[in-house]
Amino acid sequence: MRKLLPVETFEAIKPRLKEFKLTFYLLNRNRLTMIAVITVFLLVLIAILAPLIVPYKEHVISGTNPQEKLLPPSQEHLFGTDELGRDIFSRVIYGTRISLETALAAVGLALLIGVPLGAIAGATGGVVDEVIMRITDIFLSFPPLLLAILIAAFLGPSLTNAMLAIAVAWWPWYTRLIRGQAVSMRERQFVRAARAIGTPHFKIVFGHIVPNTIAPVIVQASMDLGGVILTAASLSFLGLGAQPPTPEWGLMVSTSRNYFLNAWWYSIFPGLAIFITVLVFNLVGDGLREVLDPRTRKY
Amino acid sequence: MTELLKIENLKVNFRTFEGVTNVLNLESLSVAKGESFGLVGESGAGKTTLAYTILKLLPIPPAFVESGVINFEGENLLKKSEGEMQKIRGKKVSMIFQDPMSTLNPVFTTGQQITRVLQHNQGLHKAQAKKRAVELMNLVKLPDPENILSKYPHELSGGQRQRIIIALAFSCGAQFLIADEPTRNLDVTIQAGVLQLIAELIRETNVTVLFIGNNLELVSLICDRVGILHRGQLVELGSIKEVAKHPAHPYTLTLLRAIPKEKREKIDLTQIALKAEERLAEKGCRYAGRCLKKEKICLEEEPALKHIGGTHYIACHL
Repeated sequence: MRKLLPVETFEAIKPRLKEFKLTFYLLNRNRLTMIAVITVFLLVLIAILAPLIVPYKEHVISGTNPQEKLLPPSQEHLFGTDELGRDIFSRVIYGTRISLETALAAVGLALLIGVPLGAIAGATGGVVDEVIMRITDIFLSFPPLLLAILIAAFLGPSLTNAMLAIAVAWWPWYTRLIRGQAVSMRERQFVRAARAIGTPHFKIVFGHIVPNTIAPVIVQASMDLGGVILTAASLSFLGLGAQPPTPEWGLMVSTSRNYFLNAWWYSIFPGLAIFITVLVFNLVGDGLREVLDPRTRKY
Repeated sequence: MTELLKIENLKVNFRTFEGVTNVLNLESLSVAKGESFGLVGESGAGKTTLAYTILKLLPIPPAFVESGVINFEGENLLKKSEGEMQKIRGKKVSMIFQDPMSTLNPVFTTGQQITRVLQHNQGLHKAQAKKRAVELMNLVKLPDPENILSKYPHELSGGQRQRIIIALAFSCGAQFLIADEPTRNLDVTIQAGVLQLIAELIRETNVTVLFIGNNLELVSLICDRVGILHRGQLVELGSIKEVAKHPAHPYTLTLLRAIPKEKREKIDLTQIALKAEERLAEKGCRYAGRCLKKEKICLEEEPALKHIGGTHYIACHL
């Protein structure tokens, strides 16, 4: 039995800080989520400190070392080496940075497009709503991976284009999510009161409706980070994302196929990196949803 | 006396699944500058609809304004664009809503909400707005303003929230205030305090008020003149003395009889309990279905407002 939170410790704290502490406390009560949160922090730390961690910096991009090609994991090369003798450990560590950057940029861009559109559609209604939502429906009618492949192929293979492609494939989900919330907000008393006091429509949408609808979007976005990393890896695997010699996980798995029978470590470690990253982001998203939704909250 | 608000031939309808229903049918109603006008009627009589129509906050669809003129300072509000209305809302006409629990945005502190309104409506700087917000808190007699301004709505009581809403309504110097049952959802002791506050503020600021309520006695504490609304129509109109002391319309009598006065007094609810028919009759008095005194003419002809002395009008054949 874990002991319950002493209420009086919260009395003196500012509301926002209190809310944050409560959230943290609730996350902490769910061990699995807490482990996932710590792992995410660890991943971020790894991504930031990559240049300090990697033992063979020169191997990351272009340095080759043909004498040591396809060596199994050892003390010098923790994850072994690849077909050009590059240290896989160093490359996987750098891959964290690339994957997180891509995922954050793609999700951020998708949010930047999706949230305002959804909020405007839901809060305005009428023709504006119809037009925005029908466009959204067009995008939603494609499977996101397929759409991303299509756009990436159209734009030409590069990591930036893969990121753009993912953002374009992902924004409609946020639009739909926000729009549903915004519609229910539109007839709420405080929105009407804001209009009654003379607040312009624009300010109502972004000052009143969006802040009230953002919680489920945060949950969705944190879960999507995992999915986006997977999609980015998939695009690179298919040759539509990162190009060699970028140390991108999907690309590494893709190249490793040729050596898979003799060098298991080559595909296992980048694959494991993808697996763990996607898993922890999903777990964090799940945990956040549980915490942010009072109905599933367990004190 | 100059008329600040003049409503003529206003008809507001709702398009529903079963067809079009008329919810407001006002031939003529005017509120003079500096006057407090009370509007009383049961739930669903169209009181709030009128408030929303004046501010153009009606949800369209399903509602729509069939015809009519709402003149405010000689200008027809119904002809104004959304942009023009924004300049009127809050600054010239403001409103106190009936449910203090849901009128404030739950994700911002009350201070943020008040300062934002002040910054936008009056062009104040943040520091000025904060100072003004504290003044407003003192105006509505909330103790410890800084503390209250740093709180989220859910941390405050209903009475405190309603005072904040009143502060917001008075914040931007509106000359016309619509108070839509400001004491609803509050318990009786808090009601008295809030009502007293509104009465004081009205006196101090000399604002013109449209006070909406469903308790005639409560309304009589604040208003000079009162109109009784029944199913979208005015059935009685007069000074508070005339209507409260000598109610003439059967519906007004019923309304007054439904208010509990003394502890053990039995209240006769037989008449008010009569359910109004779902649909409006094609012709005749809208009250005829529940009226105990109805006669043949009531079912055939719609009564118009007629003068019965002083400033007292009723819409009844009898």
